[in-house]
Amino acid sequence: MASLDIENVKKQFGNVEVLRSISINIAHGEFLVLVGPSGCGKSTLLNLIAGLETISSGIIKIGEQNVTHIAPKDRDIAMVFQSYALYPSMNVRKNISFGLETRKIPKPEIEKQVAKVASMLQIEDLLDRRPAQLSGGQRQRVAMGRALARDPAIFLFDEPLSNLDAKLRVEMRTEIKLLHQKVGTTIVYVTHDQIEAMTLADRIAIMKDGVIEQFGTPKNIYESPASIFVAGFIGSPSMNFIPCEITEHDGNLKILLVAQGDEKCLVPVKGLSSSPEKLKGQKVILGIRPEQISAFNLSEKKNNNVFKLKCQVRLTEPTGPDTLVFTQINNQKTTCRIHPDKAALPGESMEMGFDISKAVLFDPKTQKRIY
Amino acid sequence: MNSEYFSNDYQKTPFMLFFRVAVYAVLIIAAIYFLIPLVIMIFTSVKTMNDIRTGNLISFPRQFSLEAWKSAWDTACIGVTCNGIKGYFWNSVKITVPAVSISTIIGAANGYVFSKWKFYGSEVFFSILLLGCFIPFQIILLPMAKMLGMAGLAQTLPGLVLVHIVYGLAFTTLFFRNFYVTIPQELVKAARIDGAGFFRIFFKIMLPVSIPIFVVSIIWQTTQIWNDFLFGVVFSSGDTQPITVALNNLVNTSTGVKKYNVDMAAAIIAALPTMAVYIVAGKYFLRGLTAGSVKG
Repeated sequence: MASLDIENVKKQFGNVEVLRSISINIAHGEFLVLVGPSGCGKSTLLNLIAGLETISSGIIKIGEQNVTHIAPKDRDIAMVFQSYALYPSMNVRKNISFGLETRKIPKPEIEKQVAKVASMLQIEDLLDRRPAQLSGGQRQRVAMGRALARDPAIFLFDEPLSNLDAKLRVEMRTEIKLLHQKVGTTIVYVTHDQIEAMTLADRIAIMKDGVIEQFGTPKNIYESPASIFVAGFIGSPSMNFIPCEITEHDGNLKILLVAQGDEKCLVPVKGLSSSPEKLKGQKVILGIRPEQISAFNLSEKKNNNVFKLKCQVRLTEPTGPDTLVFTQINNQKTTCRIHPDKAALPGESMEMGFDISKAVLFDPKTQKRIY
Repeated sequence: MNSEYFSNDYQKTPFMLFFRVAVYAVLIIAAIYFLIPLVIMIFTSVKTMNDIRTGNLISFPRQFSLEAWKSAWDTACIGVTCNGIKGYFWNSVKITVPAVSISTIIGAANGYVFSKWKFYGSEVFFSILLLGCFIPFQIILLPMAKMLGMAGLAQTLPGLVLVHIVYGLAFTTLFFRNFYVTIPQELVKAARIDGAGFFRIFFKIMLPVSIPIFVVSIIWQTTQIWNDFLFGVVFSSGDTQPITVALNNLVNTSTGVKKYNVDMAAAIIAALPTMAVYIVAGKYFLRGLTAGSVKG
């Protein structure tokens, strides 16, 4: 059993606070992804878990053991690095067995382990090569093999795919996920790529400026982002943020969407707890994902959540399965994901259906979600 | 290289042809200019004294003789002893070998610490050490003499070795530090997680990839120490002198006839080891100096 408990961890470099009071708990076997823009402290946090940097305050526990102040080698972890960090003077076999040899594991045992890992990752025929003779993808496999051979309590991955080309990255991503299903070891994985975070994670911690903006399952984070930052960071193309004002209409709170050409549409606001009087006139930001804006079709007329608005198309970007259509709503560039056959040409206008069942509202001042 | 630049069509224009010829002419003249002194030395060293007296400086030897070489090695008089320069040659070997190896090994360890195990103030330490590269020899002569005296090493070979080690450390540390900073820090992190400690990482991970910089350091230190005259003349005397000092004394010995052929032979002998080092390891030297990346 190796759960990971991070309690109130802080890290300072001189006067600079890199991590401010981070707390994360994951259970045994979970896949945690730390994601965020560069400089958010995610790699520092990983280094603290690994023990490669000293912690300023707080506690880190792996399983039942408090590892806050013990050396990396005694933490029962293995790490895969962005540059792979394969030992250049050793062949693949040596690279994989190095960690076992320093731990004085008997030779036959080591050989067995190397063979097992090599067959698991299909690198048997590379065992006698040097890192310089391997391709990027092969190095990546060897780096994972080195980590696997140790059979640790926790795997740490530090942006392992960012040095690979796009196609290989997708392949290796799948392999990492398969590997996790097969070995079931707890994994902490750092990336700046939100797609990797979404596809791999059981739990995502989105970090910004040394704090965790949101911690939750991928679905939870995608559907209920806690702030504009999270909503904008996760999902591609990014969520639309349309500035609006709350008005009262027929006794209900509504927000007004105005497209180019002065086409208008009133959208009801639900679920706001404060009193209507207080909210009236308040400025909010409507967050709506591109896939929630599609070509309006008549069958949706009865759907209470879909609202029609005629919009002018500024630009289209066909991606294949969908065409991204850009338009202006409330003077804000808005992306809509439209079926390719239904997308209008730039300059034309088309009827869009806004599905607000999953739309969210943010407070423009605090940037937090209010509904 | 842009192959078009060297294509035949391009060279066929009269201007380009002229340019080509001019380049080669300059190169050949420069090569001759630098080679002539060596050629004259070799010619003179294999001439007989008679030949030297009657011929001119750059004429071919009329009679080939290795007498002067034998004499320079075995019997030439330096001061009042007439045993040739062989003893001093071995003195230089006894100084150079330990001084080069020790300063290189310590430099490697220093560079490893300064690049991979930075501690509070390590940059300041490194800067101070670097100052050593800019201190002229002359400045440290008196304090060094005093220290050697206090240590009981004055006028001894170990004393001279110590001086060269201390003076060379600034350079070797710089070499190794600059080499090791190009090796990704992640390698050290990976090894630490793999359970390797300070020394294991040094010996198993860093040293095996350090051959180019070892060659640079060894060539640099060997030429510096072998060719040193000032420390040799100040910190040694009589039979502990290195070959450079002995050569000077040989040439300046004022008794008897001036044997140019012996002087030249002795000078070549004194220069041979450094030339040999360059010829054997010269390409590594260039490669090592420019070695930026160790791709792993």
